[in-house]
Amino acid sequence: MALLEVSGLTTHFHTRNGVVRAVDGVSFSVDRGETLGIVGESGSGKSVTCYSLLRLIPEPPGRIESGTAMFDGQDLLQMTQAQLRQVRGKRISMIFQDPMTSLNPYLRISTQLVEALQVHSDIDDKAALAKAIAALEEVGIPEASRRVRSYPHEFSGGMRQRVMIAMALITDPDLLIADEPTTALDVTVQAQILEIIRQRQEKLGTAVILVTHDLGVVAGTCDKVNVMYAGRIMESGTAEQVFYEARHPYTRALQKTIPSLQKKGQKLFTIPGLPPDLAKPITGCAFYPRCPYPKVAGPVGDVPVLRDLGNGHCHAECHFCDSTAPIESVLPEDLAEDAVVGDAAPAEGGAA
Amino acid sequence: MVKFIGLRLLQGAIVLLAIYAVTFFLVAMTPGSPFSSERAIRPEILAQIEAFYGYDKPALERFWLSLVNMLQGEFGPSAVYANRSVTDIIGEAFPVSLQLGGMALVIALLLGIPAGIIAAVKRNTWLDYLPMSLAMAGICLPSFVMGPMLALLFGIILRLLPVAGWFGPEYWILPAGTLGLVYAAYFARLTRGGMLEMLNQDWVRTARAKGVPERQIIFKHCLKGGLIPAITFLGPALAGIISGSFVVETIFQVPGLGQWFVRGALNRDDFLILGLTLLFAALIVVMNLLVDIAQVALNPRLKHG
Repeated sequence: MALLEVSGLTTHFHTRNGVVRAVDGVSFSVDRGETLGIVGESGSGKSVTCYSLLRLIPEPPGRIESGTAMFDGQDLLQMTQAQLRQVRGKRISMIFQDPMTSLNPYLRISTQLVEALQVHSDIDDKAALAKAIAALEEVGIPEASRRVRSYPHEFSGGMRQRVMIAMALITDPDLLIADEPTTALDVTVQAQILEIIRQRQEKLGTAVILVTHDLGVVAGTCDKVNVMYAGRIMESGTAEQVFYEARHPYTRALQKTIPSLQKKGQKLFTIPGLPPDLAKPITGCAFYPRCPYPKVAGPVGDVPVLRDLGNGHCHAECHFCDSTAPIESVLPEDLAEDAVVGDAAPAEGGAA
Repeated sequence: MVKFIGLRLLQGAIVLLAIYAVTFFLVAMTPGSPFSSERAIRPEILAQIEAFYGYDKPALERFWLSLVNMLQGEFGPSAVYANRSVTDIIGEAFPVSLQLGGMALVIALLLGIPAGIIAAVKRNTWLDYLPMSLAMAGICLPSFVMGPMLALLFGIILRLLPVAGWFGPEYWILPAGTLGLVYAAYFARLTRGGMLEMLNQDWVRTARAKGVPERQIIFKHCLKGGLIPAITFLGPALAGIISGSFVVETIFQVPGLGQWFVRGALNRDDFLILGLTLLFAALIVVMNLLVDIAQVALNPRLKHG
């Protein structure tokens, strides 16, 4: 049985402008020691999915409407607050996007590091501090025994994210959820942070859910990938399947946007238009209005179901899913050349 | 830290000197004198009085003389009350105001800060709306309305407490309560604001993700930062509250310092005005320094700045 089995997770935000369907029926699973990547544009529901698992979304306005998240045989979404506290930080830990604001500026690093230990076990102060120093050393912070006494503002962004990783892993959790852990960091530090996560994962056998919008990161580190759009999963499978045999137009369009895979001197490819307004109900394919493929058949009527190709590779139903041909070969000549960088007006007209 | 405090004390001394000079010359430039009265005084007697108080010398010289006296701790005689020095008056009235203000402050902090914390934690529930509406009312109702209302309720209708005088513990309750409630309202609103800001920080989510119990999040993670607005307000509030509230002291006939501010001004009691102004200014300077020290102690980011 998988370590974490999420099915039909639906999280809505009840705002003044209507119900925002941030996560709309998401299902996936993570095995022990495995790394699952969740990719998608901003606002696609990646982070809300993760926060929902630990019930960290602000309620109200947020509400987990339905679904289950079986973690080691227990449903995270049905737990009492007391049960949930036993899981948070002990069996499932989390790293957040912005290390500059994710550590408490009023408390010493040492206090924050030992807190996770002391909340979950009867460890004495001295032993806890020794463990905290060891944890800092493991994530490559020099002079850990001195620097553990520092306050967060005395650390750089990369150092703070190392502290976050040390803090998250100090209790040897079964699952680490990393919500865009490198987005706020510069590129050289990004690589170091990912390498630290990978090393620690290897040593401790931790399962990792890595949320990112960087496809390069996913390709380099993940076993499995979920591609999310508008709160739904568009395609999922092993990293190889999603990268080399991408079926859904959204996945293929996303791949096309990786700058390093594009020809030099050409205008960079972007997906025209903006993600849909989640406060309005979406019928049919959420990506249809922006889909660069020819609008041959109009949008699918209902919410497209995920089709399982039999080997763990799933994708949302679509007219263009039967081939794995790259996006250029499907597009008409003129579209492939430049219409894809053009404006989204005709596409949106087609949606109406 | 020592350097910081020394520097601030030096700044404070300069501020006090400036305040003293401005007050002195404003008083000196005001038409009339402490000795003008409806009754006609014979000129030679007036001259004698003026000579006794030093008013025969030019203002600049008087300023210098009074400054020298002041530095020796001598505030001079009252120009109106015979045989009483300003030091006597302050020495008699200040302890009363200090006691009244101290009690009011304890009430204000004990009511205001817990109310603010509860309102922030239970935001948008009746535990937030009820204390915050009361606080809003407390801020809007001036003490000259609240005081008589409390006196009417507890003194006249319920006949539980005396409404005037300063003779024993039962006399302290109404004035200290009135003054305390007004400040409690401010502290409640400031604490709520500060705590709300802290509770919305990203690192609170980090703490929750670690499984930290909610109580520990409030008191260990948020209280330090959440109290900063209230503590910033504490400096001027403290100076105001212990140097006597004219309104509250008048309503309840408390023999505190507040009445002397007004009497000094109305009687043109120059030395009393100067003495009281300097006392009030010194209190503000010292309180603000204490607040700054408290802030550095609470916020580690200020220590190295």
